[in-house]
Amino acid sequence: MEQRRGRLLPVCFELLGKGQELCQNLGAELAAVLVGNELGELASELMDYGCQKVYLAEDPRLSLYQGDLYTDLLSQFIGENKPEIVLWGATTTGTELSARVAARLNIGLTAHCIDLHIEDIDGEPRLVQVVPGWSGNLAVKIISRTTPQMATVKPGLMSKAPQMKVEGEIILVAADLIESVIASEAKQSRAETIEVVEEEAEEMPLEKAEIVVSGGWGLNAAGGFAPVEEIARILGGAVAGTRPVFDKGWIPESRMIGISGKIVSPRLFISLGASGATQYTTGFTGSQVILAVDQNPNAAIFEIADIGIVGNLQTVLPLLIKELKGAA
Amino acid sequence: MALNIIVCIKQVPDPEHYSKVTLDPVTKTIRREGIPAVINPVDKNALEEGFSIRDSYSGKIAVLTMGPPQARRALEEALAMGADEAVLLCDRAFAEADTLATAYSLACAVRTMGHFDLILCGNETADSGTSQVGPQLAQFLGISCVSNVKEITFEEEMSLVAKQSLEGGYMKVRLRLPALITVRKEINKPRLATAFGIIEAAEKEIKEWCCKDVEVDSNCIGSAGSPTKVLEPIELPRRKGEIMTGSPEEAVKKAIEKVRELGGLT
Repeated sequence: MEQRRGRLLPVCFELLGKGQELCQNLGAELAAVLVGNELGELASELMDYGCQKVYLAEDPRLSLYQGDLYTDLLSQFIGENKPEIVLWGATTTGTELSARVAARLNIGLTAHCIDLHIEDIDGEPRLVQVVPGWSGNLAVKIISRTTPQMATVKPGLMSKAPQMKVEGEIILVAADLIESVIASEAKQSRAETIEVVEEEAEEMPLEKAEIVVSGGWGLNAAGGFAPVEEIARILGGAVAGTRPVFDKGWIPESRMIGISGKIVSPRLFISLGASGATQYTTGFTGSQVILAVDQNPNAAIFEIADIGIVGNLQTVLPLLIKELKGAA
Repeated sequence: MALNIIVCIKQVPDPEHYSKVTLDPVTKTIRREGIPAVINPVDKNALEEGFSIRDSYSGKIAVLTMGPPQARRALEEALAMGADEAVLLCDRAFAEADTLATAYSLACAVRTMGHFDLILCGNETADSGTSQVGPQLAQFLGISCVSNVKEITFEEEMSLVAKQSLEGGYMKVRLRLPALITVRKEINKPRLATAFGIIEAAEKEIKEWCCKDVEVDSNCIGSAGSPTKVLEPIELPRRKGEIMTGSPEEAVKKAIEKVRELGGLT
């Protein structure tokens, strides 16, 4: 469970929601691990979301995320407690830490899962980790041949856990384990987190926009990105784009839609000139209405859109702008 | 004192041609035939960061990649941009590796390359985007790492402060070298290869190492050394995908009406 300044990140509740579901299927126990300092209140909060056990590793020297220390501590903890499954939020530190722990324990780790469920594989219940495939509505199933089975989940993709009060217990991670990890890292570690700086949120975060207008690389051959900006302005929506568009510097990373960018679920999502790689479409499948415009009638984008317009972008986009202007 | 820097790069299908990538129904790996291969975009920022550190402290930049024989092209481009040396880790035995087996194989190559002070990587690849290989490589080498870095400031030669980008902020991490850093695109603007660079690059050697040239445990590489296993592809739920008919004018009109009907516009 990732926390910052004593508050759980939203992805924690999404992991707990999936955790509750997997535990019901497996008849297993849901546990959470908290690392930091003075987190007792968070531990009680976690028991309201179905955690039967909350492991608490507390020390003033753990209050900020320290990569080396946390890797060492969690590797030892996981090695000793032998969970079946470990889920992580695919945040910056969650991604880094889970990868380091996986390498330390020599076990599998699947990144950015869009779904997780239990299936019987060769007579054994295994965690099936679904990741985006290459185009349209294609996804790929992955399993881990090692235990614990570990996966990361992109924030914003899974539903939040419902409240589910259980009789849980708080288990303090042994002070001597923490002490020995801190002592050994004090000798070896060459990294030290000095401070965490919170920045003010953007005026209009993409995730909160009711209408998102997104452009793809197809616009390059059709005169550029301006129509996306214009349509967004007319509709009072937010501007976004695909990874190739970000790579070319047309949009900042905070506006990139997809599994390695932002996950959005607005009332209306308009996609212009994007063919529909799953890496991209995963970022907006939760939208209420999806309108797609592309010149290729076979583009995968039309498989996940509600409404499609096939045609030359240079013809269609000005018409779309005119029509929306008239309507607005 | 001069710094020895290793930059790890990956050759990926050109993101501009994503729509042509398909999944092989039998091997379940992606098919890249006919799709131009390029240096993973953010790996060029890792190279650029290396060059600017070399400008300040002198030293040399060695570039490392693992891939099929054609990945040599990516190394040639890196040399033309200004890298000093290049290593291609290339063997059928490394193929179909997941992130763990990839990081392990790269770690073996790095050990064979000899002394280094800093390893730089891009923070994610355009094709799989797991962001895992960098941190896993650091772990196999037993060095500290900071991922997703948007700014590096040297305090003195062997010590730096990295700004690690977080959701809604950033974290400052002090690192004493040797260490590994994965960089974000916003850290700098990569240079282009110049004509002179291309001529110079032709003089530089690309070392090609197979499995036997680096000390590896053959159980830990390639498909056999990968703890994750890809099963079959599945289809996610589709939507109606109703394509509007008629002239462009009619199609646009109908589409907007339909959006209203479904509640997308009020």
